[in-house]
Amino acid sequence: MKTHLLRFSLLFVGFTAAQTLYAASPTLDKIKSSGAITMGVRESSIPMSYTTGDSRFDGYHVEICRMILGDIKDKLKLGTLRINYQPVTSQNRVPLMQNGTIDIECGTTTNNVARAKDVGFANTLYVEEVRIAVKANSGINSISQLAGKKVATTTGTTSVQLLRKHEKANGVNFDEVFGKDHADSFLLLESGRADAFVMDGSILAGNIANSKNPKDYKIVGEVLSTEPIAIMVPKNDPEFKAAVNEAIAKIVKNGNMPKLWNKWFLSPIPPKNIVVGLELSPATKNAWANPNDKPAEDYQKK
Amino acid sequence: MLSLDLSFYNWELFTSYILKGLLFSVQLTVIATLGGIVFGTFLALMRLSGKPTLVYPATFYINTMRSIPLVMVILWFFLLIPMLIGRPIGADLSATITFIAFEAAFFSEIVRAGIQSVPKGQAYAAEALGMTYGQNMRLIILPQAFRNMIPVFMTQTIILFQDTSLVYAIGAYDLLKGFEIAGKNYGRPIETYILAAFTYFIICFSLSKVVRKIHTKVAIIR
Amino acid sequence: MALDLGVFCKNTLDGEVVEHCFSAVFGLAQNADPSYLDWLLKAWGWTLAVAGLGLTIALILGAVMGTLRTLPDGGRLSRWLVRLSTAWVELFRNIPILVQVFLWYHVIPAFVLPLKALPSYWLVSIALGFFTSARIAEQVRAGIQALPSGQRMAATALGLTTSQSYRYVILPMALRIVMPPLTSESMNLIKNSSVAFAVSVPELTLFAMQAQEETSHGVEIYLAVTLLYAASAFAVNRVMAAIEKRTRIPGFIAASNDAVVH
Repeated sequence: MKTHLLRFSLLFVGFTAAQTLYAASPTLDKIKSSGAITMGVRESSIPMSYTTGDSRFDGYHVEICRMILGDIKDKLKLGTLRINYQPVTSQNRVPLMQNGTIDIECGTTTNNVARAKDVGFANTLYVEEVRIAVKANSGINSISQLAGKKVATTTGTTSVQLLRKHEKANGVNFDEVFGKDHADSFLLLESGRADAFVMDGSILAGNIANSKNPKDYKIVGEVLSTEPIAIMVPKNDPEFKAAVNEAIAKIVKNGNMPKLWNKWFLSPIPPKNIVVGLELSPATKNAWANPNDKPAEDYQKK
Repeated sequence: MLSLDLSFYNWELFTSYILKGLLFSVQLTVIATLGGIVFGTFLALMRLSGKPTLVYPATFYINTMRSIPLVMVILWFFLLIPMLIGRPIGADLSATITFIAFEAAFFSEIVRAGIQSVPKGQAYAAEALGMTYGQNMRLIILPQAFRNMIPVFMTQTIILFQDTSLVYAIGAYDLLKGFEIAGKNYGRPIETYILAAFTYFIICFSLSKVVRKIHTKVAIIR
Repeated sequence: MALDLGVFCKNTLDGEVVEHCFSAVFGLAQNADPSYLDWLLKAWGWTLAVAGLGLTIALILGAVMGTLRTLPDGGRLSRWLVRLSTAWVELFRNIPILVQVFLWYHVIPAFVLPLKALPSYWLVSIALGFFTSARIAEQVRAGIQALPSGQRMAATALGLTTSQSYRYVILPMALRIVMPPLTSESMNLIKNSSVAFAVSVPELTLFAMQAQEETSHGVEIYLAVTLLYAASAFAVNRVMAAIEKRTRIPGFIAASNDAVVH
């Protein structure tokens, strides 16, 4: 479940179809000839992909991408491989991938059927679960206790519709309030304008950890929805995608994933040395054990 | 109760998050002002030409731009420009083109008012001397009109500088975005909004002081 | 690219087509689940409510502050009033509206607790009203200063007090002069009301951002929202033009759009 406030990507489908190249792997050729690659990154998706200031980028997905690119560099027998970082937003990441501005995107993009028509996705390494954050002393433990309460969520995310469906299905009524972005939604919870914040677990955990008093908040209740978040690669470049997946398989096999999880989700991270504190979910563990690029729709059927 | 904590705010944070946004906002303001004045003057001349084939398109363009919220214009251009040129463009370039096109409509109204502020007798006198429309505008009307318009231009530029904060809609990195990202990554949104307000105020207030100085200097007294 | 306006007849839960797409608009029938069209119209209502409230605040405060700025030096009180109104204008016009909306919603209620009880559309209307009032005040001041100084002197010579000369001589003229700039400020306010989405008012821009995400029909959604904004701004323009026409004093203020060069 990722925010994409303004998805214009559909519009670009028409004229990118003509740009399909028939070379073995345009991306690998480009890397070989230029000795450089452009990585799409996010600016404030802690801890997945964010800036630590001054055009430096880091995060769970960013570090995995650097490892993948290291592997590809060795495979292509390159001495050095320069990585250019290109900040992207929910609105422009798909078009920028389609027109070749970025070669690999390491952010927080949900792998779903609609997007898979425009871009490719590497095997999933992170499965997102939509949860509820509340004040620790609120006594709320489940979504059923939110009837008639103020529930915050972020404009332009699928959580808004998720809440609406839940209201309809269970005959309850939430008093919804909408933040412009996740930080604003969390501010609504912090300032008491909302009793709960419904959003992706990593976003909730990141915002709680980043707040002034993280102990005042907790993530509670059942998982409301599950979605795979994946590294995005160009479509129509199966060879590059295979190289990325091979590198991912190697990282998983070497037992690096638990270490990476520990580093980004359970240990202090820059710039403020906060600890996100999100435990590894069975769904994510399962994705590591059974490499796949299933879209979000397959997860909903369960 | 809210307690403010500004300790996180230091020079390093300024140079690594805010400066980039400030530079973009200033650059966008300068380019859009210059571009807007050039295109706005053309639009104003079209509207004042008295020829229906020029008047109506210009009037339509100006009225359309003036009745749509800037956020919507920014979004539309982000959507339409790629359709026209056949490939997506970056948020920064899209924002620049949008602001030039949008501000042209506003500057054209200022230019039109400026031209109309020149006494009609001047235009008639020039006509009587046998000047063409172009000569009349270039040599008689526009030099006086622009002089009258300078303070209004600058006021519009200050508004424009504030409006650059709306490019958040397409994800361009402006001054407000710089503050927001710093606030998010340091978990201090309230403090950064206050700092942002303070920064904008200082910049815009100083500029409006300058405008007032210039106003008293260049005014044509009749 | 063809427009698919059918998207507005879909319901907002699972995207199925609703039974009463247009009849619901005219109150003839009720949809079991609201359609995007129902939602769009509700959002328009919010936009108009916020803009209307903001405009009321802006016009009243703008007229007051603009007038105060032109007070003649008549002792300590009038000097303080001039200072107050100048500070008001400088404060509210030099901070972007988006930032001001945030201050009103997130920051000020943290210090002034009673404000927390106000619904967010009130806070946004206050923010919009104060922001616009600073601009209107500048127009009113310019209008008053554009009057020939003889008018004020004549009023004084007739023995009118300061408040009387404003009430009977200066303001009736000045407010007529500033009608055209007031019209564009009022239109600006309608457009600026789009920032209300940032603080959870379910108005047109919030609708646009959310609905296009759910339907993937960005073009149709944005087109509808843009047209409604334009229609609202145009309606304000016509109302103001009608007021301007009705209050015009023959022979004083000529509305001239003629070409200067023929």
